[in-house]
Amino acid sequence: MSEQRRPHILITGAAGALAQKVIEQLRDTCDLVAVDFREQVYLGDDIPSYCIDFNKRVFEDLFRRYEFDGVIHMGRIMSSQLTRMRRYNANVLGTQKLLDLSHKYGIKRVVVLSTFHVYGAVAYNPALIDEAAPLKSAGLSADLIDSVELENLANIYLWRYPELNITILRPCNIVGPGVRNTISTLLASERAPVLAGFSPMMQFIHIDDMADAIVLAYKKPTRGVYNVAPQDWVAYQHALKLCGCKRIQVPSIPPMVPKMILGTLKLKSFPSYLMAFFKYPVVIDGRAFANEFGFEPKRPLKEIFRFYRENKRPL
Amino acid sequence: MSLASFLKSRLVPAELDQHINRIRKPIGSLGYDPWGYNNEAMKYGLSLTKQIYEKYFRVQAHGVENIPAEGPVLIIANHSGQLPIDGLLIGYALASREKDARIPRAMIERFFPTVPWLGNLLNEVGAVLGDPVNCAKMLANNEAVIVFPEGIRGSGKLYHDRYQLKRFGNGFMHLAMKYKAPIVPVGVVGCEETIPAIANIKPLAKALGIPYAPVAMPVVLPAKVHLNFGAPMYFDDLEIPEEKVTERVEKVKAEISRLIDKGLSERKRLF
Repeated sequence: MSEQRRPHILITGAAGALAQKVIEQLRDTCDLVAVDFREQVYLGDDIPSYCIDFNKRVFEDLFRRYEFDGVIHMGRIMSSQLTRMRRYNANVLGTQKLLDLSHKYGIKRVVVLSTFHVYGAVAYNPALIDEAAPLKSAGLSADLIDSVELENLANIYLWRYPELNITILRPCNIVGPGVRNTISTLLASERAPVLAGFSPMMQFIHIDDMADAIVLAYKKPTRGVYNVAPQDWVAYQHALKLCGCKRIQVPSIPPMVPKMILGTLKLKSFPSYLMAFFKYPVVIDGRAFANEFGFEPKRPLKEIFRFYRENKRPL
Repeated sequence: MSLASFLKSRLVPAELDQHINRIRKPIGSLGYDPWGYNNEAMKYGLSLTKQIYEKYFRVQAHGVENIPAEGPVLIIANHSGQLPIDGLLIGYALASREKDARIPRAMIERFFPTVPWLGNLLNEVGAVLGDPVNCAKMLANNEAVIVFPEGIRGSGKLYHDRYQLKRFGNGFMHLAMKYKAPIVPVGVVGCEETIPAIANIKPLAKALGIPYAPVAMPVVLPAKVHLNFGAPMYFDDLEIPEEKVTERVEKVKAEISRLIDKGLSERKRLF
């Protein structure tokens, strides 16, 4: 071979803060193409960027044109966005389309970003849940079904097409500068609701650490499903205190009461379908990923919370 | 912060503070472990328990040194007295021992995590949802785990059934074998008399979603408690049929029964 060809990688969900961190890490060594269903983002002249729906036929043209070697799929629409139906179309059917095309065009490496929400927050969860645990989330709320379905789909393709080398990552709460998910919004706010008398254990991973994890995962083609979480834990209400949030107590019993209150208020940062996650712990065991991929988070919890404490006013 | 440190200085003796700091625990950077144990909360918990243990129940513990200084261990005891006071006292006995103190974990009823405040509070002082996965992961973490194999059958029993051991589950034996954890049997005497119940209103318990609804005086009586820790029992991890496992469980049960009898014979009076 004359000259080593730089790997071509398709990155989905490019408008998200996490995808941009991953792009930042890979752009020097790889040829990247960024897509997002929400908006077209400018990522510099060297990275073609598209606003595209995976279910549209033109999506296939990207595969024809750029001859991808790998796909990093971070374009999962969060449960707080769009309607259930549109989310299902984008997350489940869109992912299926993506994986079908990946198979058709001989992609050799696929990393899918999932979430720890798939395990579901139930009172009887043991701590340090490992990857083989059942996914109870679909039973909790119809708003989380598409996350579980996306995983199922990725799992089916994982076994049916081993040559795709699919790795599914289930990270704990991703937080840090630029992150717009529910938990990050809560930590960044002046006042945050809590369910009175419930302060479940939580895990947080800094967005830079998560980007490291995704890049590490991409570089080592080990198939499988992995939790990604640091070996550190904190109770929800304690985390709020460290972030300088005032806690607003929402009555928690009987369970109908908070459900009604949150259903009525429709708070974006404290949606009723995530209520269980503020009541019962979902503590995942990230050791398998750390051992397999040599991953070590570098940003401690204290540093993460200091960022939120010092940036109370939105930038 | 100053109020918190003032309260702490009044409530937590410096000696106890240092004692807990000395005990090695696998905790994260903010003092928590995956099950919600918290070092600071534990200090308050132990200070309070110290009073209950020494002044209220005037506990006499024998053989607490039988619990190994390190490595996984299952502490198996008879359960009684409606509230898990027995677990609290066994835990304190081990956490406060002079040499090689350990902070044990107690497996608790599945009902507790659903109770606001209490559920978190119990987690913070080391109690953990009684799930076999939790127990297994903790033994793998070299923890000392307190298990009451009778479960609510034991704690919910009525006064006229006192000191009769109910059926033991086999789960603890499987875990002990798998993780090569020695079993330290404990006979608890006295907790049966703390909340003597004469009946259990099952429909009320069902309506409230609690394990049992005892008819009892609304006070915890200051019965004198005797704890007798037996010698560690070791079991190999050979593949054996369930009936053989049950035989091993019966062996542990017999030993606990012997330790209870020992406690009953030592006891001079109820209070």
